[in-house]
Parts: sequence; structure tokens; C-alpha cells
Amino acid sequence: MSERNITTIRSTPRLTRVSRALLLLLVMSQVLTAEPAYAKAEYRSVSVADPYLEMRTGPGIGYPKFHVVDRGDSVDILKRRTDWFLVRAENGKEGWVNRDQLQRTLQPDGQEIEFAAATQADFTNARWEAGVLAGDFGGANIISMYGSFSLNPHISIEAWGSQILGNFSNGWMTSVNIVQETWPDWRISPFFTLGTGIIRTEPKSTIVQGEDRTDQVAHVGAGLRIYATRRFILRAEYKSYVVFTSRDDNEEVEEWKVGFAFFF
Amino acid sequence: MESRFRLLFLVLPVFALGLGGCAATKNLFGRGNNSAPPPTAEDPGQVIDPDVERREIKEPKIDSENFEVGAYVGIMAVEDFESNIVYGARLAYHVTEGFFVEGTIGQTDAGLTSFERLSGGAPILSDSDRTFTYYNLNLGYNILPGEVFFGEGRAYNTNLYLIAGLGSTRFAGDDRFTVNFGVGYRFLLSDSIALHLDFRDHLFDIDLLGEDKTVHNLEGNLGMTVFF
Repeated sequence: MSERNITTIRSTPRLTRVSRALLLLLVMSQVLTAEPAYAKAEYRSVSVADPYLEMRTGPGIGYPKFHVVDRGDSVDILKRRTDWFLVRAENGKEGWVNRDQLQRTLQPDGQEIEFAAATQADFTNARWEAGVLAGDFGGANIISMYGSFSLNPHISIEAWGSQILGNFSNGWMTSVNIVQETWPDWRISPFFTLGTGIIRTEPKSTIVQGEDRTDQVAHVGAGLRIYATRRFILRAEYKSYVVFTSRDDNEEVEEWKVGFAFFF
Repeated sequence: MESRFRLLFLVLPVFALGLGGCAATKNLFGRGNNSAPPPTAEDPGQVIDPDVERREIKEPKIDSENFEVGAYVGIMAVEDFESNIVYGARLAYHVTEGFFVEGTIGQTDAGLTSFERLSGGAPILSDSDRTFTYYNLNLGYNILPGEVFFGEGRAYNTNLYLIAGLGSTRFAGDDRFTVNFGVGYRFLLSDSIALHLDFRDHLFDIDLLGEDKTVHNLEGNLGMTVFF
């Protein structure tokens, strides 16, 4: 008898989950035709479990505290910026609350709330990463941007775009490469990389007579990803390029770069 | 020994009987027709009808506003080439409350050098080469957060930021590796809209006027951004 009771109680949230999924499907299927019911802004609401919740005027530790919400009162969470949340109290006051404080509030059903914060575990497991590096490309300056997608903690695929600014020629390079990290959970994580791409070289006409040319490149390299703080990564790498020129000899270029990246 | 055999002969038939009995109910080990729970007069599912209204648990996603996009207009002094109006656009991503990364693109027009003006001779650059276009990728850090007050009832959040980065400048027919750094003042009209007052120095090497030298190109601009 009591077993059946438990089943009944359990089945209620499961039912709502199913119905919510159905509702979502319905909304998605009708998203082109009708959405007025969905357009209304709804905010997540939490109640204060600590003795009080401090609200600041801005999203930072340096902004002054101007209001306190008492224990038991509820607040609506309007939006988030980095680790700060804009909340609205029951009396209509809006202010910014730090993640650590908001973490100690309760959801309407009495459950504790969890807000994602970037940690070193995310450094290992995060899917997306983007960064900016600069350095030396065979004597010329190079500025690079990249985006990366992790297939698993060990293997990721990167796409690069670089501008090369030298004394005798300028150029562009785009490349795709695969990155292998042997110890992705280390704070200083070494990696190896292999890739290919295209380089566009534009000799400076006033100094060197030459035509613009586009060649294929291939490269191998190694480097370090270093977890700095929160979402920040420092990155240093060396790559050795082979440029498949249309002349008799292939060109070899060495590249050193340092920069920063962040994951999300 | 003998008693042990006797025990075995006693146990075996008892076990066999037991098995047979279970087989009769066809329910041992879940085998057989399992369809018949004892029928009851009413549905026992809802023994207690809860008189409590269940609270609807909604979990809307919290909107993240870590990006900042905007445009600016100002004055830029191109070394040796007069000062002119500069305009540009910026996109920033706030990684932490302190750090942000920013990309900017901007454009101004270089004027005449003093030499060109005084000699009245042939211009050093063609008009298209006088267009000064730059892009930068920067790292910024927010400092000195606080509030400013207008009268008794109005307060606005402000902060300063230090910023530096690398990029490229297209000027005088060439792309030039450019370092820039500066300081900015962010004035938040609301939680999502900000005014910026920004000062930057763009440095690059140029040998246009005979010798190789590092030039400082100072820029001051006023901009507006929106967080999203």
C-alpha cells in the first residue's frame, strides 16, 4: 500500500516533466506561427536562507552595498554578468549579488541552488575555447586568433586566422589543426599539434619585386596550456611550418607565440 | 553417515513438493501469467487527497550579459599627418568582473604633413593611402569602480579600465604591426547601456619620411555600448 503511495507522489514531477517537454515541442513546432504565451518574461525566484543577502549597485566587489534582503524573503534573478547576478527584491529594489552569496539561497521547492562557476575542472572539460596569441613567424610579427572545439578532454580541433606583418612582406594565414593533450587535467598541460592551411604572402612592392602568392602549409608543434584563473588560460607554443611553394624548394618557417585564451 | 542420508531423503521430497506448489501458482521467479494483482473495489492510488496546492516549479534560464558592443567617434592625431575625426566599433567579452577582452576596428583620414603644406609640392601620399584603418585585440582590466552622483536623487555606476593589445594598421600602402595601450572611463547609464571616454596610443614603426621611426598616434573618443 505504502509503496503505491510513493509511486504516486514520484510520478507527479515526472508527469510535469513530460508535459513540459510536450509543451516545449509544441512551442518549437509553432514557433513560426504563434508565441505570445512564451514571450512574457519569467524570472527564476529564490528565497534567502542566510541571515541576509547584500545587494550592490554594480557587478563588482568595489561597488557599494545599498540594500539588504532579509532571510526568508524571495528575490527574482533578472540577469547575470560574469559572477554577479542582478536580482529584484519583493519591494522592487534591484541590485547585484555575488554568486557565492546567491549560492546560499533556496529554490521555491526548498532545494539548494547551483550556479555554474568556471573551475580547473572546466579547464579540462570545457568544449569551446577561443584566444589571441602573438609572436614571431620567421622574423616577422604574427597576430593570431583561434577557436577550438574539444571532442574529448584529450583531443580538440582548432581553427586559426593569423596576420603576418614583416619588414619585407605581409600576409595572411588560415589553418586547421588537431591538438592532443596527454595530461589535460594538469594545471600546466602540454600539448602536441598537427595541422594544415593556406598562407597568402604579399611582398612589399617598394622593396622587393614580387608577386602575391598563395601556398599550402603544413605544420607540427608543441606547447603549453596553463590554467590561470576563472575562465582564463595562458598559452605558449612553438610550431614548425613547411610552406609548399611553387618553386623548387619548400620553405621552412619557425613560429613562436604566446597569448591568452578563455573557455566557455 | 546413515543419518545424513536419511536427512537428504527427507529434504528432497519436501523441496520437490515445495517446487510443485509454487509451479501451481505459476509465479515462481516471475514466470507465468503475471497479470492479476488482487482486484480492489476502488483505485488505491490516491489514498490521501492532498489539499495543498503544488507549487509550480519554473526554472527559466538566467540571461547572461557578458558581451558589450558599441561604436565610438573621436579625434585621432596621426603623427606628422594632422588630426582628424576617427570612428570605430568595439566588441568586448567580460571574462571576470575585472578582466575583459576587446576587439576594435577604426578608421580616420590622415591630413597633410607640414612639409607638404609649406613646400606646396607634390603630395607624399595618394588620397587612398591616407586612409588610416586599424584593428586591435586587447585585454582590459577594470579599476576604481564606484558611483557618481547627479543632484540628490541620481547615482550612476562608473569605472576606469586599463587596456592594451596588439593589432595591425593599414596606412600609407602598408599593413603595420601596431601596439596600443590606453585608459578608458565607463559610465553606466543603466545596467545594460554604457558611455565610454577612451584614450589610446597606437604605436608602429614607419619609414615613410626617410628614416625608420616609431610613431605615436594618439586617439581620444567618446562611445556608447550595450551589454547583451
